[in-house]
Amino acid sequence: MGKKQYLLYMVQIHTNFRLAELESLADLFNLDIDFSKYDANSPFFFLELDNDEQARQWIKRSILTKAIYEYWGHGQTLDSLHDTIKQTPGFQERCKQFKNSSFKFEFENYQGGKKKDMATKVKQMESFKYLEFEGKIDLKNPQEIYTLIEEYAPAFGKAAPTVPLSYIFGRFVGSSDRSAMERYDLKKRPYKGTTSFEAELSLVSANIAQVKPGTLMYDPFAGTGSFLTAGGHFGALVIGSDIDGRMIRGKGANTDIKSNFRFYQESEKFLDVLTMDFTHNALRSNLVLDTILCDPPYGIRESIKILGARDPERFAGKEDIVIDGQKAFLRKDYIPTKKPYSLDSLLDDLLRYSAARLPIGGRLAFWMPTANDENVETIIPLHSNLELKYNCVQEFNKWSRRLLVYINRGDSFKGPTNGGQKRSPSNFRERYFTHFTK
Amino acid sequence: MKFLTTNFLKCSVQACDTSNDNFPLSYDGSKCQLEQDESIEFNPEFLVNILDRVEWSAILQVAADLGNTSLPPNKPIFEDKNSLNEDDMAILRDLHILLIQTSIVEGEMKCKNCGHTYYIKNSIPNLLLPPHLA
Ligand SMILES: C[S@@+](CC[C@H](N)C(=O)[O-])C[C@H]1O[C@@H](n2cnc3c(N)ncnc32)[C@H](O)[C@@H]1O
Ligand SMILES: [Zn+2]
Repeated sequence: MGKKQYLLYMVQIHTNFRLAELESLADLFNLDIDFSKYDANSPFFFLELDNDEQARQWIKRSILTKAIYEYWGHGQTLDSLHDTIKQTPGFQERCKQFKNSSFKFEFENYQGGKKKDMATKVKQMESFKYLEFEGKIDLKNPQEIYTLIEEYAPAFGKAAPTVPLSYIFGRFVGSSDRSAMERYDLKKRPYKGTTSFEAELSLVSANIAQVKPGTLMYDPFAGTGSFLTAGGHFGALVIGSDIDGRMIRGKGANTDIKSNFRFYQESEKFLDVLTMDFTHNALRSNLVLDTILCDPPYGIRESIKILGARDPERFAGKEDIVIDGQKAFLRKDYIPTKKPYSLDSLLDDLLRYSAARLPIGGRLAFWMPTANDENVETIIPLHSNLELKYNCVQEFNKWSRRLLVYINRGDSFKGPTNGGQKRSPSNFRERYFTHFTK
Repeated sequence: MKFLTTNFLKCSVQACDTSNDNFPLSYDGSKCQLEQDESIEFNPEFLVNILDRVEWSAILQVAADLGNTSLPPNKPIFEDKNSLNEDDMAILRDLHILLIQTSIVEGEMKCKNCGHTYYIKNSIPNLLLPPHLA
C-alpha cells in the first residue's frame, strides 16, 4: 500500500523541544518518518505515513502538538484550496470512502483572525459541496470531522490581518495528549513545592526519554516527584529517591507524592520513594532501570551535598557514642552529617550509573542549568557508552536550562568522554543565586 | 515501602558490594508493621512485565522474614504473556496482593554482611549512612 499524506498541526511553543519529542515518539513506535520538510518556524508539518493507525499512535502521547489530519489540500485562497483538494491524488477515492459517513466541520485559526460568525461558517461549508458527502451532519458524535485551518500572518502593532495567508483542509485522524497539561497543572496538584517542575515540560521530558508502559523509571533526585508523576502518566512503574527526607515525605498523608498519584488515579504506577543519597545507592546493581529522568540539584538554591563528614577528624570515634544503651548512629532519629560535593562529580556519577543500569537503547534525560554569558563556555558531560542524542535549551533572562538526553549504546560505542574534568564555571552559584531568590 | 521494593534494595554501604550477603536485606518480622492497600488496581500485563525484574529467591527470603512461607519455590512462569489464562490470572492476583498492595509501614531491615540497620518510617525507607560507613 502506498503512503498517505498527513498534516500535523503543532503548537508554536517550546520549539527547541518539539522535534525531539516527535522524533522520540516516532522511534518509540517504530515509525519511519521523513522529517526533512519539518520547519521549526511553522505550526504545520506535511508528512507521509502508511495509515491512520500510525498517525494516531504517533501523536496520542505528544504534548507539543494539537492534532493530526489526513491531508486533503492547501491553498492561498479558498478557491485555490478547492482546486488543490480536487487535484490531490486520491481525491475521488477519499470522497467515495467517506460518502456515507456522518460528519461535521470544524474551524481552526492559527494566529488571529476574527471569531467566525455562523453565516460565514455556513457559507464556507457550502463551498465544499462538490465533495458530495451524503452522510448526515452530526455535531455530537460524527464518524468523521473535517477541519478548515486558516493561517494568519503575525499581527504587527494594531493592524491584525483579516485575510488568511493560507487555508488548509483535512480529515481529523487523532488528537495529541496536550490536555494532560491541564490535568497535571501544578496549581491543582495536592503536593508540590518550590522545586516542582511544571507539567508541560516534565511531560515533554518523559516523552523524549521514551518512558514506556510496564517498564521501570527512576528519578534519583525526586524532590516533590514531578518527574515521577510524568513517568506514571505514560505508564511506567516509577521509583524515586532523595537525600532530603522532608521533600519526599511531604506534608502528611494527603499531601505527599503518593497522594498525587491517588489524585490522578494512577496509584498502581507509583512504587516508592526512598530517603537515599544517590552517590550511596541502595538499588541492587543488577536491577535494570529502563529510564532515568531527573532534575539534579544545581547548587543554586543550596550547595550540593552527599553523605560523609566534611571534617573527618572531628567525627573520628563518634560511631562509638551510645545513647540510652544504643549506638547513636543506629537510633531511629539519627541524622547523618553531609559534606559538599561538586556538580561536575555528581553528573559524572549520574552518567556512569546510567551507563551501568540502563538497558542498551535505554535513555537518561536530565535538566542542567547554564549561564547565558557569552564568555562562559557550556560543556556538556559525556560518557563513552552514552550517545548524546538531544540538547534542548529553554532560555530565561539571565540563565537557561537544557534537557540533555542520552542513549545507552554499551561498551562498544566508545564515544567521547569528559568525566573527571572540571566543566561548570565555579562561581555559577554566586553569580546567579541572588537573581533566583524571591 | 511496597513488598516489591524489598526486591530492589541492597545495603548502601559500598564495601558490602563485594559480598553476596548485601541483598536482600533481612527484615525483622516482629518489628515490621504491614498494611494492605486494596485500592491499588490490578494490572496483570503490567505485573507480568515487572516480574521479569524480580529475583524470586529474595522474594522467598523476605516473605519468610515476615512470616509467609507459603509461596511457590520457583518463580511463576507464563506460557504466553499476551494471552493469560485463568490459572495465570489467579497467580498474578496473588502476586499483586503480595508485591504491590502489601507494604511495610514501620519496620527495620538489616544488612546480612555489615549488620547495619535501616528503618522504615511512615512507609518510607531511610537508606542514609553515618559518616563512618559512607
Ligand atoms: C532540583 S531538585 C529536584 C526537584 C524535583 N524534580 C521535584 O519535582 O521537586 C533536586 C533534588 O535533589 C536532592 N538532592 C540533592 N543532593 C542529593 C543527593 N546527593 N542524592 C539524592 N538527592 C539529592 C535535593 O534534596 C532536591 O530535592
Ligand atoms: Zn552492609
